Amino acid sequence: MTTALAIKNLHKVYGNGVEALKGISLSVEEGDFYALLGPNGAGKSTVIGILFSLINKTAGSVEVFGIDIDKNFPQAKKALGIVPQEFNFNMFERVFDIVVTQGGYYGLPQKLARERAENYLKELGLWEKRDSQARELSGGMKRRLMIARSLVHQPRLLVLDEPTAGVDIEMRRTMWDFLRSINAAGTTIILTTHYLDEAETLCRNIAIIDEGRIIQHSGIREFLQQLRTEKFILDLRQELPADFSPGFPCEVVDQHTLEVMVDKDQGLNALFRAISAEGLEVASMRNKSNRLEEMFVTLLADSADERADE
Amino acid sequence: MSNYEKWVAFCTILIKEVRRYLRIWPQTLLPPAITMTLYFVIFGTLIGSRIGEMGGFTYMQFVVPGLIMMSVVTNSYANLVSSFFGAKYGHSIEELLVSPTPGYVILAGFVTGSCSRGMLVALIVTTLSLMFAELQVQHLWLTLGIVLLTSILFSLFGFINAVFANNFDDISIIPTFVLTPLIYLGGVFYSLELLPDFWAGVSRLNPLVYVVNGFRYGVLGVSDVDVRFAFGMIFLFTVVAGTYSLHLLNTGKRLRQ
Ligand SMILES: Nc1ncnc2c1ncn2[C@@H]1O[C@H](COP(=O)(O)OP(=O)(O)OP(=O)(O)O)[C@@H](O)[C@H]1O
Ligand SMILES: [Mg+2]
Repeated sequence: MTTALAIKNLHKVYGNGVEALKGISLSVEEGDFYALLGPNGAGKSTVIGILFSLINKTAGSVEVFGIDIDKNFPQAKKALGIVPQEFNFNMFERVFDIVVTQGGYYGLPQKLARERAENYLKELGLWEKRDSQARELSGGMKRRLMIARSLVHQPRLLVLDEPTAGVDIEMRRTMWDFLRSINAAGTTIILTTHYLDEAETLCRNIAIIDEGRIIQHSGIREFLQQLRTEKFILDLRQELPADFSPGFPCEVVDQHTLEVMVDKDQGLNALFRAISAEGLEVASMRNKSNRLEEMFVTLLADSADERADE
Repeated sequence: MSNYEKWVAFCTILIKEVRRYLRIWPQTLLPPAITMTLYFVIFGTLIGSRIGEMGGFTYMQFVVPGLIMMSVVTNSYANLVSSFFGAKYGHSIEELLVSPTPGYVILAGFVTGSCSRGMLVALIVTTLSLMFAELQVQHLWLTLGIVLLTSILFSLFGFINAVFANNFDDISIIPTFVLTPLIYLGGVFYSLELLPDFWAGVSRLNPLVYVVNGFRYGVLGVSDVDVRFAFGMIFLFTVVAGTYSLHLLNTGKRLRQ
């Protein structure tokens, strides 16, 4: 299998002395859908900036499909498409021109660039806006414009820095479908996101970065299996008795609401039996938080503890 | 990138640049036409008639070449500094930096775009000047060569300014405090012969003196300085500025972190 991206021991110290990356190593296989997670300021955008030559690395190596960026960056760039975190197109330019011009920077002949621009703008629902100036687009449309622009040279590896920030729920799902389809067609995708459900829905592998270090690097399934317990919220039709105890760790939020921690191998039947035995009826039930989110918070707390111990 | 791909990238930048200044022509092409017409009317016709001859020509004929060069210099400079700084400020320069387009192609695209504006303005101003003075170009190729080289040189200066600029003030400081005084003291309005020896000597340190006199020689056939030397100096400055600009672009100074 080909490795799409191999990063080894990447360090970055910014001009102001901030050590944003403290030795990051990761590898992404061709065809993968990969998430880079981490809290604000973790260093995700710094890694991406280095890939796109907007940030100079301090140490370490980066290979894109086996091409070392120190040896032949232009060749590596041809295989890379980027959707940055911040809008970076000329706000006064026409939507269509922005995409076509980007094609020109990659040496695509006009005709081909125009065909592809039309194709991607249509797929991303921006074709009606092709003659508008970029500044006239809504935030979510601008983000989709950056996706169309990043694809015009048909990169083998697409990297998206928070592509769905500020995008409405329906559009987000459309974008997911779109990203899934280009991934299925063979494009390797790396994305960063703060929506963990997004990572859970889309990605096969993840890395979690915290304070410039990778604290977890695995398949999303293995990652979720580490999660031992889940928290459920139950809304009850009747008032809870004062001494209610279903045999699970639980918390009475108010007289009609109960929060219960359920262990992985315990199952939910026992819980419902205990509730029924009290003559209570469950009106509705939901997950307290996204499972990944929970895992994430736990991990970051552990990582902070470790740093405190050092 | 193959040579063909580089050529496509170059044309893309050039077309984008040309479209930019054509789109905002009231800010780019109209002002030089208006200011230069005013100069022609005031200095050439109204005041010039009282000044009499300078360097063996009517004052109008004498100032026209300098004024044409003045517009070439300011427009080439202004075009690149505002276009490149604008792209840097709005981050759209990243579109180019992330692409495989080599630095020299990027520089060539921007510089050629600015030169085209410099030359277009020269054409406009020259056409206007013909309504006020009779000009017979003495050395056509030398004249064109000097305009072109000057336009490249000041586009490069504009580029360097844009790279170092952090805000919009920084791109107006150099034109206001350096370029304009050098142009006015560069012998646009007077012959260096009129100056005391000392100041004539000091003037020779001003690169604009070579630009103005080289061009004046091309048009009128007279110059305060040796024309071959003038041409050589402009050429030398251009090579140095070009090399330095390319170095800035390739190392990503103020563009990459
Ligand atoms: N240009 C810069 N100069 C100095 N420090 C910087 C610069 N850009 C980022 N940093 C610092 O580097 C660290 C990592 O920032 P980075 O933007 O990579 O985080 P991130 O993981 O993308 O965060 P977010 O989720 O908020 O986008 C932060 O401490 C940030 O303050
Ligand atoms: Mg970021």
